[in-house]
Amino acid sequence: MDIHEYQAKEILARSGVPVPRGGLAYSPEQAAFRARELGEGPWVVKAQIHSGGRGEAGGVKLVHTPEEASAYAQSLFGRNLATRQTGPGGKPVFRVWVEEATDIAREIYLGFVLDRKSERVMIVASGHGGMEIEQLSEEDPESLIRQTVDPAVGITPFQCRELAFALGMEGEQVAACCRILNACYRAFRDHDATMVEINPLCVTGEGRLIALDAKMSFDSNAFFRRPEIAALRDRSQEDPRECTAQDNGLAYVGLDGTIGCIINGAGLAMATMDMIKLSGGEPANFLDIGGGASPERVVTAFRTVLADPKVQVILVNIFAGINRCDWVAAGIVKAFREANVTVPVVVRLSGTNVEEGQRIIRESGLALVTADTLADAAAKAVAALRSEAAA
Amino acid sequence: MAILIDETTRIIVQGITGRIGRFHAEDMIRHGTNVVGGVTPGRGGETVLDRPVFDTVKDAVRETGAEASLVFVPPAGAADAIMEAADAGLRLTVCVTDGIPAQDMMKVKRFLRRYPSERRMRLIGPNCAGVISPGKAFMGIMPPHIYMPGRVGIVGRSGTLGYEAASQMQALGIGVSTSVGIGGDPINGSSFRDILELFEADPGTDAVMMIGEIGGPQEAEAAAYVRDHMTKPVVAYVAGLSAPKGRKMGHAGAIISAFGESAQEKVEILSSAGITVAPHPSAMGETVAHVLGFSRAA
Repeated sequence: MDIHEYQAKEILARSGVPVPRGGLAYSPEQAAFRARELGEGPWVVKAQIHSGGRGEAGGVKLVHTPEEASAYAQSLFGRNLATRQTGPGGKPVFRVWVEEATDIAREIYLGFVLDRKSERVMIVASGHGGMEIEQLSEEDPESLIRQTVDPAVGITPFQCRELAFALGMEGEQVAACCRILNACYRAFRDHDATMVEINPLCVTGEGRLIALDAKMSFDSNAFFRRPEIAALRDRSQEDPRECTAQDNGLAYVGLDGTIGCIINGAGLAMATMDMIKLSGGEPANFLDIGGGASPERVVTAFRTVLADPKVQVILVNIFAGINRCDWVAAGIVKAFREANVTVPVVVRLSGTNVEEGQRIIRESGLALVTADTLADAAAKAVAALRSEAAA
Repeated sequence: MAILIDETTRIIVQGITGRIGRFHAEDMIRHGTNVVGGVTPGRGGETVLDRPVFDTVKDAVRETGAEASLVFVPPAGAADAIMEAADAGLRLTVCVTDGIPAQDMMKVKRFLRRYPSERRMRLIGPNCAGVISPGKAFMGIMPPHIYMPGRVGIVGRSGTLGYEAASQMQALGIGVSTSVGIGGDPINGSSFRDILELFEADPGTDAVMMIGEIGGPQEAEAAAYVRDHMTKPVVAYVAGLSAPKGRKMGHAGAIISAFGESAQEKVEILSSAGITVAPHPSAMGETVAHVLGFSRAA
């Protein structure tokens, strides 16, 4: 789960990372108030959305008067800001962060990630900050410095010093940089983060170090012990369909195609989407109904998929192990009665209790297309789509 | 022959008194698996499915001679249950639990390395369907009837896609020596490479079907191993051709976040290592048959 910049800065500041003084605003008036509260300008007003690349998308501005802060905030509120990362739809701005402007002499990139190869926390840093990490690794891979942290030992003083010297720190900056590295690691570890990024970490004109922008992501599997992090979730930044699906215990990812998918298991779901694509169609979504799905959960899956107006055909593909085909079949019949299914539905059932499931489908008298194999199901879904288009 | 487990393996179930643990333990026993007991802290002395329940894994090992454990403990306690199994001297643990925090798994991996290699426990999973040696034994949640005994190994991240492969193979008359689900989490106990090494050494396995997906470096690591060390043919499929970058597709680990992690890139890496990649998920069985020299009618 992602959080906003200002929330990440609060967490990092509590761990000991220096950040600019600032305040949050939910209205243009509050933005002006925050500017006055901070004292002398200039100030920076920053749109708070879950995305990087806000600066180049027009979501960050240097302002010189409280009135200017208010006017700029006014122009941001309520509209969607589209960045390189959000896609053309963008994400809505409901909060802005107003902070004192910083005199920037040099920008450093600092990231902490969960590295899957070493299965440890990896620190990635570069003396050439300001650019996104993807861009850095393409355009300036030589500048990237890496250290991995042993989870039993934690980050060591020598690792911090090596990083600080490699980043060109001098004099008192070396100790300051080490304190920041330690603080970031503690914040990562103690909040079950999956990513901490400070980009840029600035060296100011006076030679001080300060985190100008910050990003954190968290492991939702650890929310049972991190309720304070779970509470930072901002649903306005998520796809509403994915949000609703998640609340109903379904893993759902909205895509751009026209064939809605209802499948059990993440791997089979991805494979079915691949098969649709290879058969000439485009999947409208990824949806895993999970294990032991009740008829009610299947109905919810239908409602979720049908809420996407692009969906013209639904493909149900179940290979039941821990699931039961008869429950899924009962759910399909129930969905037709309750969920206003107006598109053709192709069903492939296999595995546990398949005969009973197929009998329920057959005896329901519903106009379903049944399929025996994965390839058959995908081909029939694409054929149904074409005959819909022709009709 | 098979890898990891057979009908003689003495197995305990951690979490046997829970609804899910009990349900699957019963299914395992019904299919001939040698389940010798269970562990639930505080429930020692009870009997479940005519098997004794113990408070600790060490008690279970002392009383039953258990060698392997299947973990159904909920996410908050699962990492601890795995470490307890390792410390009790088991040689194998399979963890089905989905939703273990990544930092807990980081600690588990570090903990397992504290034991010398000759008594280091092998972990399969978490977030996996388990291990089955058809006709002999299984530890996990798969439907055992779709696996025909035979001589092809299966290793994959996804449970249901593993079922799909096994049933395609069964339809063509191809049986399975052992099928291993390594799980969909970003940090897991055994990698593709770890399992390929076991299949390469197993006289009962002639070829391997490997089922990968988007995200992570393990398919590439396996490709290098196959190219440099494997004599048996390997067939692969990689799920997620239509997955967008940066989106988590169900499994915690199924996310394209770095170069080489997309399905297209993994297919190229595997092909260039001499692995036959099935062109689509419905062709997993046929591709294995082709590599083994079966005719389709056979």
